Amino acid sequence: MSTPSTDEVPSAAPKRKDPTTFAEYLQSWWLRVQSGDLGFLPIIVGLIIIIAIFGTLDSRYFSERNFTNLLLQMAPFATIAIGVVFVLLLAEIDLAVAFNSAVGGVIMTLLLRPDDPGLPWPVAIAIALAVTTFIGFVMAIVITKAGVPSFVVSLAFNLGLNGVVLILMLEFSNSGTIRIADETVKDISNAFLPDVWGWILGLAAVAAYGLSEAVKYRTRSSQGLPNKPFGILGLQFGGLALLILGAVWYANIDRGVPFVMVVLGFFLLFWSFVASRTRFGRHVYAVGGNPEAARRAGINVDRIRIIVFMIGGFMAGAGGIVLASRLQSVATNSGGGDLLLNVIAAAVIGGTSLFGGSGKVVSALLGALVIGAVASGMNLQNVNAGVKFVVTGLVLLAAVLIDALAKRRQAASGVR
Amino acid sequence: MAEPILECRGVSKHFGAVQALYKVDFEVRPGEVMALVGDNGAGKSTLIKGIAGIYPFDEGQVLFEGKPVKIHGPKDASKLGIEIVYQDLALADNLDVVANMFLGRERTQNRFIIDESSMEAAARETLAGLSVTTLQSVRQVVAGLSGGQRQSVAVAKAVMWNSKVVILDEPTAALGVAQTRQVLDLVRRMADQDLAVVIISHNLHDIFEVADRITSLRLGQAVDLFTTSEVTQQDVVHSITAGEMKFVPGMEKEGV
Repeated sequence: MSTPSTDEVPSAAPKRKDPTTFAEYLQSWWLRVQSGDLGFLPIIVGLIIIIAIFGTLDSRYFSERNFTNLLLQMAPFATIAIGVVFVLLLAEIDLAVAFNSAVGGVIMTLLLRPDDPGLPWPVAIAIALAVTTFIGFVMAIVITKAGVPSFVVSLAFNLGLNGVVLILMLEFSNSGTIRIADETVKDISNAFLPDVWGWILGLAAVAAYGLSEAVKYRTRSSQGLPNKPFGILGLQFGGLALLILGAVWYANIDRGVPFVMVVLGFFLLFWSFVASRTRFGRHVYAVGGNPEAARRAGINVDRIRIIVFMIGGFMAGAGGIVLASRLQSVATNSGGGDLLLNVIAAAVIGGTSLFGGSGKVVSALLGALVIGAVASGMNLQNVNAGVKFVVTGLVLLAAVLIDALAKRRQAASGVR
Repeated sequence: MAEPILECRGVSKHFGAVQALYKVDFEVRPGEVMALVGDNGAGKSTLIKGIAGIYPFDEGQVLFEGKPVKIHGPKDASKLGIEIVYQDLALADNLDVVANMFLGRERTQNRFIIDESSMEAAARETLAGLSVTTLQSVRQVVAGLSGGQRQSVAVAKAVMWNSKVVILDEPTAALGVAQTRQVLDLVRRMADQDLAVVIISHNLHDIFEVADRITSLRLGQAVDLFTTSEVTQQDVVHSITAGEMKFVPGMEKEGV
């Protein structure tokens, strides 16, 4: 751009109102909330309400044992839901994730069978993940090249993969169940970190967050850009530290931090980074928000779609392995039941919009926590499965309604 | 007066049997606002799409900075420094102002990781250079912006890439009075910064406010080239609706 003429500059000094003090920041945040940019507010409020209700109904709800069980239960859902978040960001849907995850679990288990072929666990896991990722790739090719809606394509794959799981199980087992024959794989969802390691990893996570914020603060001020006020930064850092270290402390009272949380934590960090800090992630959001704008900006929209469905397949496979590890086996009914609904519900409850373009990777964790918290509370109340479904359904409905209302609010505030 | 930075000489384009453009001459100079007017179907969009490289002209020459150029696609046009702001603006509602301004051309630290702070600084600088003061924050999501603000963002996006020619397609069509004012001021400031600005509009009132010269098209032909200060709106309306056509399509071939 050519430099502005000198008589232009003085009047050009923009009177932008970037919040600089604590109070101003809170004020601007509240304005954003009012105009429909809710962030994680609804889910955090929802989670607190759920915990408060079930906690008053039964004090065992707050027990350390219940807490670690909750983490173990929700980990597979959260893992699969990370992939679902990416697919939803494009305003697409993948109804095949549940059976794709089962395919991953079954293939890994079959490859681990002693002497048949008895592959080492890293190889078995790698092959299983490659297969589920490839399934995602094939789906994406049909969706992008033939222009068929992902709803229908993934529905077809949902049926087909259900069949594949049944065929594999009937071919290789008489009882309908195959046990996992590798201790390391079983440990994924059944081992606990020693207390010390729980603390070390917890502190490392907190320190890493603090460091990345400090680096960001420095680059921004060196470029003369406004930063969040110190009070807000401290509050965010303190809140996160309290949450992580509190969780470590509480889990350590029981059996320790489940090892699967390390796996899940790694996936959450990695995919959050991809979504929010890389060009690829930016383009995913752009394609989800306005495909035509993305296309005109020179983004290869089909390529983004294909990679996202591959991420969906990869994370489905990873979640399938975590789930198989937790059950220590795979069975003819793997991937069935309410798994599909739970993982998609987790992504949506966590705040990922079904309309595309809005949501964060961590919403997979938050949504899975909500679903897990409801299920665990229901189990303590000894209610039957029907009631559990009804309540989970109501939570999902509330989440979708909040999303739709927030969207409407945003559209309305645009014409002020 | 400066030499034209962009010049079309006798460009034609037909779609099947329809002659959308016929031997049109068009030019724009740095630091001027050139308005392109004409009734529906006069060929305004065909002309700018040809300049943008969406499709090639059948005949005629396009000169950029005096040299003949071949523009084979939007990327070629951007490389020369020609940016077009289409009527629908092509902004992603869910992304903030900075992300939209750099969409598809993000600055990165090592090919993958987005360099947010340098992008934000550049976006602020561009907006300040255009005196866009109505935005509360460059980290605001575009969904929450008014029509005039969106237009400003789209224009700033076009200006940022060392562009020399900015073409605006109906920039004020969907705007209210105050917002139209903002955008027209913006157009004027762009020209003051020595950019060549082409503005397509149906609104003669707006055109008479910002344009230095006016090219009027009628039925695919350039019928008049006015200097705004020398004519009235009446003259332009007459030119658009009943301007004298220089060629009768098909006449030459039949040798009449």
